[in-house]
Amino acid sequence: MPTELSRREFSWVLGGPQGGGINASAEIYAKALTRGGLHVFANIEFHSNIMGKHSYYRVTAAPIPVRSHVDDIHMLVALDQESLFGDAAERKHYPSHTGHVHQVAPGVLEEALKQVGKGGQSRKYIVMRNTVALGASIGISGYDEELMFEAIRNEFKGRKAEAAEMNVEAVRAAAAYARSHFSVRPERRLAPVPVEQRKNRMLIKGFQAVGIAKLRAGLGLQTYYPISPATDESVYLEAKGPQYQCTVVQCEDEIASINMAIGAAHMGVRAATSTAGPGFALMSEGFGFAAITEAPGPVVFLWQRGGPSTGLPTRTEQADLQFALHPAHGDFPHIVVAPGDIEESFSDSFESFNWADRYQMPVVVLLEKFLASSLFSSEPIDMSKLKIDRGQIYQPADADGDGYRRHAITADGVSPRTLPGMPGGIFSTTSDEHDPEGHITEGVENRIAMMRKRMAKLQTAAREIPATSKFTLHGPRQADLTLVAWGATKGAILDAMSELEADGRSVNFLQIRLMRPFPSDAVAAILRGAPLTVLIENNYSAQLGALISEQTGVVLDHHVLKYDGRPFSRNEIVEGVRAALSEQRKEVMVSHA
Amino acid sequence: MPETAAAAAPKKFSLQQYKTEVHVDWCPGCGDFGILSSIQQALFQLQIPPYKIAMISGIGCSGKTAHYVDTYGLHTLHGRALPVATGAKLANNQLTVVAVGGDGDGYGIGAGYFLNSGRRNLDMTYIVFNNGVYGLTKGQASPTLAKGLKTKSMPEASIQEGINPIAVALGAGYTWIGRGYALDVKSLVSLIVQAINHKGTSFLDVFQTCPVYNDLRTKEWYAGEDIGRTRIRRLEADPTWNPVVSDPLSIDEIVEKKTRALHASYETGDNLAVGVFYSIELPTYDDQLATKMPALKEHPLVDLPLYQRDVQPLFDELA
Repeated sequence: MPTELSRREFSWVLGGPQGGGINASAEIYAKALTRGGLHVFANIEFHSNIMGKHSYYRVTAAPIPVRSHVDDIHMLVALDQESLFGDAAERKHYPSHTGHVHQVAPGVLEEALKQVGKGGQSRKYIVMRNTVALGASIGISGYDEELMFEAIRNEFKGRKAEAAEMNVEAVRAAAAYARSHFSVRPERRLAPVPVEQRKNRMLIKGFQAVGIAKLRAGLGLQTYYPISPATDESVYLEAKGPQYQCTVVQCEDEIASINMAIGAAHMGVRAATSTAGPGFALMSEGFGFAAITEAPGPVVFLWQRGGPSTGLPTRTEQADLQFALHPAHGDFPHIVVAPGDIEESFSDSFESFNWADRYQMPVVVLLEKFLASSLFSSEPIDMSKLKIDRGQIYQPADADGDGYRRHAITADGVSPRTLPGMPGGIFSTTSDEHDPEGHITEGVENRIAMMRKRMAKLQTAAREIPATSKFTLHGPRQADLTLVAWGATKGAILDAMSELEADGRSVNFLQIRLMRPFPSDAVAAILRGAPLTVLIENNYSAQLGALISEQTGVVLDHHVLKYDGRPFSRNEIVEGVRAALSEQRKEVMVSHA
Repeated sequence: MPETAAAAAPKKFSLQQYKTEVHVDWCPGCGDFGILSSIQQALFQLQIPPYKIAMISGIGCSGKTAHYVDTYGLHTLHGRALPVATGAKLANNQLTVVAVGGDGDGYGIGAGYFLNSGRRNLDMTYIVFNNGVYGLTKGQASPTLAKGLKTKSMPEASIQEGINPIAVALGAGYTWIGRGYALDVKSLVSLIVQAINHKGTSFLDVFQTCPVYNDLRTKEWYAGEDIGRTRIRRLEADPTWNPVVSDPLSIDEIVEKKTRALHASYETGDNLAVGVFYSIELPTYDDQLATKMPALKEHPLVDLPLYQRDVQPLFDELA
């Protein structure tokens, strides 16, 4: 049964060779839609390749909120063969190739170039065929050309203003061509919302939300080693850092990255490193070092991609949850948080630095490639509730400060720290087990006291971190069907809920964010009261399901899993849940590609 | 500051203030005692306030040094002292940062950081305790043990070449390169003072005896009791020796000075060169950051008002 969203959304795909500028074009298209007051969600699929292989950008727009993509394509722009006839890597064919196919004549670009005095140069400006495609798209769908012009002029400013006018002419010519030559119009039309109802939304990607949150939180040092899909965030900070006095260091490897960040954290600077699974594997040793020395950080931003090993470098997955929970040898405290959308990425990234300072332990922010590179139309982020908390700083009674003990035993496990350079604050610490003064000891009593002290901080964190940061129960408190998930599947699940409700069951959705310390009691209470549960994860082994069982003893009824390296479409959620329930299957794998 | 002037100046901090009361658990006769004492004396001579110093050490016998010098001390991981030291210096460019570690720590497991720290040229000092063996794990060959040697703790002679850390440092781009001998404390203090005073990353390799596991490179061997003269050759004893590049823009002079240093580093057998091999003043990583972020000239990163920054312009770019 169609829902309001499925009736009103418009799904547009631009497919073409990598390196051919389809990203820029699709983002201009998305901007034109956003400026028309539409909600936009866009995501991209590409190979680990610089130039030539097939990639595509999918833009979904609607006059009501949309946070996911669907299998149906209402309009496809094909700049290569694979877009029309399917790509070996995509396994299945695009559903649209049975529809009407129109072709834009090569002369359209030449015509547009003549308008700006560049006639005869269409070979030189061949990249503008993308813009011709945008023009044809809005021409045939009846969208407002002026909004596209605005988006183009916004993209090509200053020195690039000349390029703006060339592209504007290309859109104009192609739109006119489409209107006069394309015989069949799509069933769906795309219209801006009335001017008085338009909101000025930004278009933001996950890596930008995280980068901005880190600057807001006071990040002083970001370290990284280039790795997909984490690099975008660090390069963004490299570009924006100097104006905010934020130092970004490209390191020789991830071992150096985490250890530099630890060194800076111990000196009192908020420090972070960003990586993906293969890099996180190298950080294991440093992670334990940060934990045993009670460093106030670093915060490690782990952007998941398809694993194991090199795996699927440019594709998405949620298979590092258990890895993030067990990042190093030995028993130690750390925090793991997994935001599910732009706003949560912002607030969790911000709060992570507070937690690192307050509890003096490393923190993992667990993210996904899907979130990193997807584009969301977003209202301004409310930062008013996000306050800085640097934890307890020791104030020395005198400059000699002989009484200071960096790892003093306390009831809540937290020992006030000093900022090196401070008279009276001198401390020692070590990766060996140590006494309260931070010197090596292998004594039995001390070992027990130190283990308890460090682990007590986890209880303190569990007590102090508000429930709103730990999990969210979307929908009614009690429902016939409870969906359980984490991370960036959130958007597709929220959008799928109304479709599932149409099957006659009430539906709610338990989204878990704080993975360690795990909100065991609250989650257990919700799940024990749920008559029917379906777990949805973008991995093979239902890693959150295992964590829930470990922490609560609850075994979820069904699993809908996807491990093809692609994000869930809304259809996959709906069909996966339906299949699990109607066929009474414990586990359903979905892959519409 | 010239060493003699420093020695004559009135002292605010006593030598004792650079020493902790932690029991030093090295073996009797260990060369590490000479290096520890030299570090403490050098810091005392320089009169750097102890709370303005961060000692960052790796893992192994040498790693314990950080516990014995009464400054801020991070005893880190095997091979990772340099990245931790780099992070510490970036966080607070007003600290004197001294990284220490062993030869296995620096040239084996930490080789990548030894190389890349030379490229960066942060204003800090790296001292390597070089004894040819892994002491704390009972005497396996380290990366500097020469091919064919077999210490008493090894079942068989090494069939790998030993590396030449001075040559590697020259290639990596260290801007001050020296070598000392642990049992010649007076010269070692002077070298450490020069290394810390150098603006940029200074690298000091120190020949160190391990009386328990390395029965080949003993103090008697260094003293040349078998050949009737010391094996230690002081570079400065050669009146023509001048390791300082006077014109950092002259590639010819750089190549000439590096070539001479390289030759000296390959003297083996009965002549082991110690002293300053190479020195050049080049822009440091700190300087270059301060060019991009001028506030760092006046204040360390840790003191800058970085919190609740105005990020609205970044959102506006996305609107």
